[in-house]
Amino acid sequence: MRQFFAFVVKEFRHIFRDRTTTAILLGLPVVMLTLFGFAITTEVRNTRFAVYDPSNDDTTRAIVERLAANEYFIRGPVLTDPSQIQGVFQRGEAGLVVVFSRDFQQKMATDGTAQIQLVADGSDPNTSRTLVVYATGVISAFALERMQASGVPFMISSEVRLLYNPSMKGAYNFVPGTMGMILLLICAMMTSISIAREKETGTMEVLLVSPVRPLQVILAKTVPYFVISVIDLATILLMSVYILDVPIVGSVPLLVGIALIYIFMALAMGILISSVANSQSTALLMSGMVLMLPVIMLSGMIFPIETMPRALQWLAQIVPARWFISAVRKVMIRGLGFDAVKNEIAVLSAMALFMIAASLRRHRTRLE
Amino acid sequence: MKVITADHLTKRFGDFTAVDDISFEVEQGEIFGFLGANGAGKTTAMRILCGLSKPTSGRGTVAGFDVTRQPERVKASIGYMSQRFALYDDLKVSESIRLYAGIYGVPGKRIAQRTDEILASLGFEGERDTLVKSLPLGWKQKLAFSVAIVHDPRIVFLDEPTGGVDPAARRQFWELIYQAANSGITVFVTTHYMDEAEYCDRVTILVDGKIEALDTPAALKARYGAPTMNDVFFQLARGARRGAD
Repeated sequence: MRQFFAFVVKEFRHIFRDRTTTAILLGLPVVMLTLFGFAITTEVRNTRFAVYDPSNDDTTRAIVERLAANEYFIRGPVLTDPSQIQGVFQRGEAGLVVVFSRDFQQKMATDGTAQIQLVADGSDPNTSRTLVVYATGVISAFALERMQASGVPFMISSEVRLLYNPSMKGAYNFVPGTMGMILLLICAMMTSISIAREKETGTMEVLLVSPVRPLQVILAKTVPYFVISVIDLATILLMSVYILDVPIVGSVPLLVGIALIYIFMALAMGILISSVANSQSTALLMSGMVLMLPVIMLSGMIFPIETMPRALQWLAQIVPARWFISAVRKVMIRGLGFDAVKNEIAVLSAMALFMIAASLRRHRTRLE
Repeated sequence: MKVITADHLTKRFGDFTAVDDISFEVEQGEIFGFLGANGAGKTTAMRILCGLSKPTSGRGTVAGFDVTRQPERVKASIGYMSQRFALYDDLKVSESIRLYAGIYGVPGKRIAQRTDEILASLGFEGERDTLVKSLPLGWKQKLAFSVAIVHDPRIVFLDEPTGGVDPAARRQFWELIYQAANSGITVFVTTHYMDEAEYCDRVTILVDGKIEALDTPAALKARYGAPTMNDVFFQLARGARRGAD
């Protein structure tokens, strides 16, 4: 046990004595979330919205007033013809166009339902999705108030049209995505590089001749990266709740549990890579190609898996980050419980066990 | 007392016989030199004796433990230093000593005492908090040797420990080896520097995985009528098939 402790202390020294690496490891989530986060939260404030209102009755005017009173929106140009919509976006006069159906109030009175179309610029997916969500929220709140006040059914179905990019992703994607990427980066990449470094400098050989068991050496390597990834996890969650206003809707223990499984899987993956790679540069390349690229391309973080070609969809199933990001989205953003993420947890656990078994096996045979 | 015995040790990698039926015995406190050209099988033989590699056939014991069946006991009784020193550049001198003391299971109370002893014997008192990477090569080498014997092992294995340093530093390094031998530690050292062979109590010359000669340097020189170990070695190694590269 004391041997193990001596080792862990040494590993922490390696990391913290290298100031640059420490700064990167601890600062990375802050930088990434700040970049992603403020690209979204600042731009949607004070967005101009244009209105095309052929009905122009009390109800539609009340809705427009309500939107204009919201902190996110400023009243923009009033359109007289639907053909002007394209021009509004092209000249950048508004980020959102609200189109009311004809005879809005009258339809509401006779059918109990009326339609609003929200048109946004899909070429900037995050912003437009956020705008549409806010506008829909304002309109639904208005409808609900009216219904409670009058007692008659009052349904406004808002239809969303995103110009230029119909298959866009949600704005809250980046928090789960950043978690998936950073945890993998720290656990798998850093662990594999630090084990490969011992092989490269010849210190591994000396350790193997010592009474320390190889397993102890390897486990001691993972401890500091485990600690750092837990700190980063906390950083990401705190930042997303208190700075980015992305709340944790679901259970925090469940979310942390899922993250821990993912961290163990990533650590085992790093050990597995290091059993193949004998130099730091090989380990770096392998982590880059084998880990980072699939996470970015195939995890659903940026490109939706549903719209990929069938073959890539299959390939995406073996990318651990895909399951992790999906589970985090369900628990953190949508607030679903354990039942909803059973599959993800099962797949991640199986992957973690497989990685641990495979890496132990490889290290045992290599170290003989 | 015999602390190392090799009994018909053989190691094959496929068709290649790296170590070919070698037998010898080493006495307690002896400085035992293992000479050979690159590829002669020195390192392979040493790895077998350190419990890192299993022999294809034959038997070896180190400190009374069987290298095949009790490698963990063997590892706890020996120290090891490789040609690459294997110190961590980003640790301080005192931290390096403490790390290896911890790894070799030196009791906690003894570690601080042992650290002071080593620093004093190396004359490194002023370098306690110096990072290893800023030490000159010769100093690193001495430190590497000291950490290899931090736990007072019965035997220390040195794999070409003086590679890349100048003759003066090599001379100083051998002073340390003599000190260790005088305190009862058996030294098993591989080298391809023939002047170092002169410093050993007994020398084994390995050619193509086989032992060609085993005796004291003086006896070898007399037998082959050679003025130096260098000449002895060239006479024996002339017929080598696996030459130096």
